[in-house]
Amino acid sequence: MSSVAKKAAPMTVAQRLLDTPLARRSDGLRSFAVAAWLGWQIESNWADPFLFAVYSIARPIASALILVVMYSVITNGAFQEPIFPYIYLGNALYILVGSIIVGVSWAIIDDREHYRVAKHLYTAPINGYSYLFGRGLARLIIGAISVIITIVFGVIAFKLPITFASVDWGLLAISTALGIASLAGLGILVGAWTMTMARHFWSVGEAVSAGMYLFSGAIFPLDVLPAWLRWIGFLFPATYWLELSRRALLGPAAAGFETFSALSNGALLAILAAFTVVLLTGSWFFYRWALSNAKDKGLLDMESAY
Amino acid sequence: MTTQAAIQTRELGRVYKLRGTKRKEDPKELVALQGVDLTVEAGEMFGLLGPNGAGKTTLIKILTTLLLPTKGSATVLGRDVVSDAQEIRRSIAMVSGGETSGYGLLTVEENLWMFARLYGLESKVAKQRIGELMDVVGIADRKNSKISDLSTGLRQKMNFIRGFISDPDVVFLDEPTLGLDVSAARQVRAFVKDWMAKHPDRTLLLTTHYMAEADELCDRLAIIDKGKLLALDTPEGLKHRLQQDAIYKLRVAPLGHRPANGDGLIESVPGVRQVTVNEVEGASELTLILAGDDALGGVLGHLQGRGSGLLSLEKREPTLEDVFIDLVGRGLDVDTSHGDNGNGNK
Repeated sequence: MSSVAKKAAPMTVAQRLLDTPLARRSDGLRSFAVAAWLGWQIESNWADPFLFAVYSIARPIASALILVVMYSVITNGAFQEPIFPYIYLGNALYILVGSIIVGVSWAIIDDREHYRVAKHLYTAPINGYSYLFGRGLARLIIGAISVIITIVFGVIAFKLPITFASVDWGLLAISTALGIASLAGLGILVGAWTMTMARHFWSVGEAVSAGMYLFSGAIFPLDVLPAWLRWIGFLFPATYWLELSRRALLGPAAAGFETFSALSNGALLAILAAFTVVLLTGSWFFYRWALSNAKDKGLLDMESAY
Repeated sequence: MTTQAAIQTRELGRVYKLRGTKRKEDPKELVALQGVDLTVEAGEMFGLLGPNGAGKTTLIKILTTLLLPTKGSATVLGRDVVSDAQEIRRSIAMVSGGETSGYGLLTVEENLWMFARLYGLESKVAKQRIGELMDVVGIADRKNSKISDLSTGLRQKMNFIRGFISDPDVVFLDEPTLGLDVSAARQVRAFVKDWMAKHPDRTLLLTTHYMAEADELCDRLAIIDKGKLLALDTPEGLKHRLQQDAIYKLRVAPLGHRPANGDGLIESVPGVRQVTVNEVEGASELTLILAGDDALGGVLGHLQGRGSGLLSLEKREPTLEDVFIDLVGRGLDVDTSHGDNGNGNK
């Protein structure tokens, strides 16, 4: 068996997809599958499995523990208060927000500046939009693993009130699918924006992701913020996804906070779905504009050597 | 029956706007291409010859859909580079010389396989083609090496293969032998000739500033400088332009400083059409294009008058370099991208 087949083992789905006649004809599907394969090779290509484990398991748990210790010091160990699972889950789920936004947008910088293959990619018949989704997929998978591990750790170590039977799996699945799609759209917006920049593009994805950590209700309810600042959170899809995920995982325990208490699950899902449609559609148009703008400015294959 | 041109440009132009470091500064304009009219027929090996900064890469970037023109139009296989870019990309490939790009953590085979799949090749076909091309350029033994472990030359060879994996109709080779050692460059040229012989319906556009490479490979050549096409003909046709002239290469004692007055220049000697001067190892090397042999006496007298003794003299047949000097007034090894006219006149 060739090394290609061996190394692609975790992404055999992408490989099989590529071998279908449809993928050979469809630029979008083919670009997505190749990019997903490539993304996995890059993200999982750790020389040492120990380092991979540190990155995807120990790092999120350590990050959660820092928050837990801070919480414990401030509240004198009030782990039974409803705010604790609120904070813990928000922090754990937010890993996925960063993974998706940074994963998608970083691919542009990675290809252009690090691997210097942008000119080869953009002279090939790829669909750049679906290529970026594919590149983000690996980070999404690794991020999802980290989220699951962190939540399981919280259930075991801090007795988070989550049981298999009490979880609203349907709500969780729908809200997560919408959340991922809307965040991927946001990632494309950020990535397309970096495509038109000649400099200062390195940290755009992380800046957006980190900035929104404060306003999305990840680690405190939005009510804590002044009314005029809350609106920033209301304009961010992750805010609704986090709220829905908490409701799906914690059930009634999540309803103890006022921000969205007036809104039913259905209403929140409708808002998130609207965000998803707007962001996916908007990102598609914005990507096309950014591509044309980058070609106009001569930035598409630029290597800034920053 | 009319045959469709593989590449066609009409009044093609490109101006870059260069922003300064200060935000309020007005951007400066750099004209990279102006009024380029070019037709390359299917099946041609066409060369673009020009110094660094002449506009060759800009032209290739426009034709490969990486850059938008600011004026005029261009088509590849009858399709417009602006409105029909995606369709063009199915039929083209580009290889740039001196290039070490690639996903360093993938192996050579994986890198090539990935690009083959982006073009929609079946995995089996892709692997077969990769194997064949690696054999031809002599890197078959490195197929399982990671790109990051390869030397610059081997990476270039891998990128060269990448350009041919999709079996393109039009190949753009931008300085393909840049940075390669003599043997590797010869291997690349042999591959190109062989590939074109086996695929006579395909088209190859090559940019280079190596005269011998252009002479050896190209059916027709365009000479480009400062974004303008100066001449277009077969290599023989271009050289024939100088058939009436006498071309001499002289080695003389160092000429020293350029005389302040115009009359003191070699060009002021009657019958001298062009002259370039290169300083080499304690001597000055002159390439002279003279209206006839009669003019040589005047040049030698001029040099004697400036105290520069003759070390050697050679009369030779016109080369492409002479054609270039005749057209542009300087040699090819001068970078004109920053406004330097590079005139080596003395």
